[in-house]
Amino acid sequence: MIQVEQLTKRYGPTLAVSDVSFEVQKGEILGFLGPNGAGKTTTMRVITGYLPPTSGRVRVAGFDVVAEPIEAKKRTGYMPESPPVYTDMTVAEYLAFVARLKNVPRREIKQRADEVSEKCAITDVQKRQIGKLSKGYRQRVGLAQALIHNPEVLVLDEPTAGLDPKQIIETRELIKSLAGQHTIVLSTHILPEVSKTCQRVVVINQGKIAAVGTPEELTRRLQGFETVLITAEGPAPQIRQALERVPGVKQVEPKDTADGRVTLEVQAEKGHDVRAELARAIVESQWRLLELRTSGLSLEDIFLKLTTKDLSEVSN
Amino acid sequence: MRNILTIAGKELRAYFHSPIAYLVITVYSVVLGFVFYSYVALYVEQSFRMQMMGGPGPMNLNEYIIRPILEGFLMVVLLFLLPLVTMRLYAEEKRSGTIELLLTSPVTDLQIVLGKFLGAVALFLTLAILTFLYLSLLFVYGNPNAKPLLAAALGFVLYGAALLAVGMWISSLTKNQIIAAAVSMIVLLLLYILIWVQDYSPGRTGQFIANLSLSNHIDNFAKGVIALPDLVYYLSVIGLGIFLTARSVDALKGRP
Repeated sequence: MIQVEQLTKRYGPTLAVSDVSFEVQKGEILGFLGPNGAGKTTTMRVITGYLPPTSGRVRVAGFDVVAEPIEAKKRTGYMPESPPVYTDMTVAEYLAFVARLKNVPRREIKQRADEVSEKCAITDVQKRQIGKLSKGYRQRVGLAQALIHNPEVLVLDEPTAGLDPKQIIETRELIKSLAGQHTIVLSTHILPEVSKTCQRVVVINQGKIAAVGTPEELTRRLQGFETVLITAEGPAPQIRQALERVPGVKQVEPKDTADGRVTLEVQAEKGHDVRAELARAIVESQWRLLELRTSGLSLEDIFLKLTTKDLSEVSN
Repeated sequence: MRNILTIAGKELRAYFHSPIAYLVITVYSVVLGFVFYSYVALYVEQSFRMQMMGGPGPMNLNEYIIRPILEGFLMVVLLFLLPLVTMRLYAEEKRSGTIELLLTSPVTDLQIVLGKFLGAVALFLTLAILTFLYLSLLFVYGNPNAKPLLAAALGFVLYGAALLAVGMWISSLTKNQIIAAAVSMIVLLLLYILIWVQDYSPGRTGQFIANLSLSNHIDNFAKGVIALPDLVYYLSVIGLGIFLTARSVDALKGRP
């Protein structure tokens, strides 16, 4: 639905985005992850036709955003980082204005406005002036505005910035419910957001793509080896020895001993799933296995890894 | 066309939902009322004096009231009032970020510019209507010529639209409304007094520069004459203002 090919954007001498390529499939939610100033907003602005690319091509629903901007813009809904609202209008007036601007047929304006208001939970503030609404409401008005013409593509720049935790959860649910009918690109620098809402992640840093994949894929790819945590009842030194003998295990380290229970951290070589073997080793020696789980890298760890300097390691 | 009207309607609405429209209309009506009163009073006094000295009947209303009103002080007042109308057109959208909404909507840059311009012109038309409402009072008490008045109305609207086009362009260059208004006033005032050059440099260059002056082209219209050079002059200023605004909106896109 969205094709970004070798996109480069310069502001004078500053390179904001460099040779970025990715695709978003129909109905997918793509997360754009990166620290502040990484080039997320710039990329989104190019997709929405707000900024022309310095080089490269961007197509939305098959329309080139430079060659056929009107067609591409008709199919795009965009919520910038700060909601683009006219503070002197009421919510109803504002939505009606945006609907006309986005070429919603006159007869359908009322109905569309009611629909998106209900989706975004702003029905009860229709008559209020936007300038007097709280940040959370304004954000939702911004989202309603992006949805008003039922666009195929939704571009959301930090949709949950500045919201309280309850609103964040509501917004995420709303975004998830929109997937399928809309193709969504959203940016964030908050990590849990990505793992909670997005099916695929593009990590961007200093204008370059650092990694692409599902949150799980990224986790797998970044772990040099699998880490398994085991808790068992039995003598610690023997257990440790037994586990070290399991093929594929690189290292075993005791973490905790209490009440005759030991917790060990087992690190296996990359690509080896040793969990079954570990369980068998313990059970066969008549010790009691209490818990066995993999400890995945959290997205935080991945993010830090990706956006600090180990870029070379990732791209292999 | 629908897009242009949508944006024009939004601008007009914004004027009347903020103090600007009321401020501009109030100040203008006070000045207009005073100017109108002064010229009528002067006219009445002079007419009496002429008749006492055995001169011809009442003097020409077009010549002694309408013309001085439309080419004098009132025009200078507009130089200061209309920048207040145009200052927010782009500066406000840039400051609040709503320009992102406009530029990512399925409308062309030119449609946005024309919409904003039309919105401002619509507000100015209320001033024009007020003015010609006053002037048509003269029909009740005297018998001025109607046709020159129509020419004068056309000139008045063109003059105002030219000021608005220049003001709009200056507004598109900044995020700050105060700066937009101040710079517009200065630029318009300079364009207005450019005609003074003629007094000191009567040659062809002086003539040329004087012809660029906003004030050099009101006189014919005020007299009731529609002359092609004046028409071309105001239309060119309007066209140039719109063109430069569209360019400057386009240039916005190069920046973060």
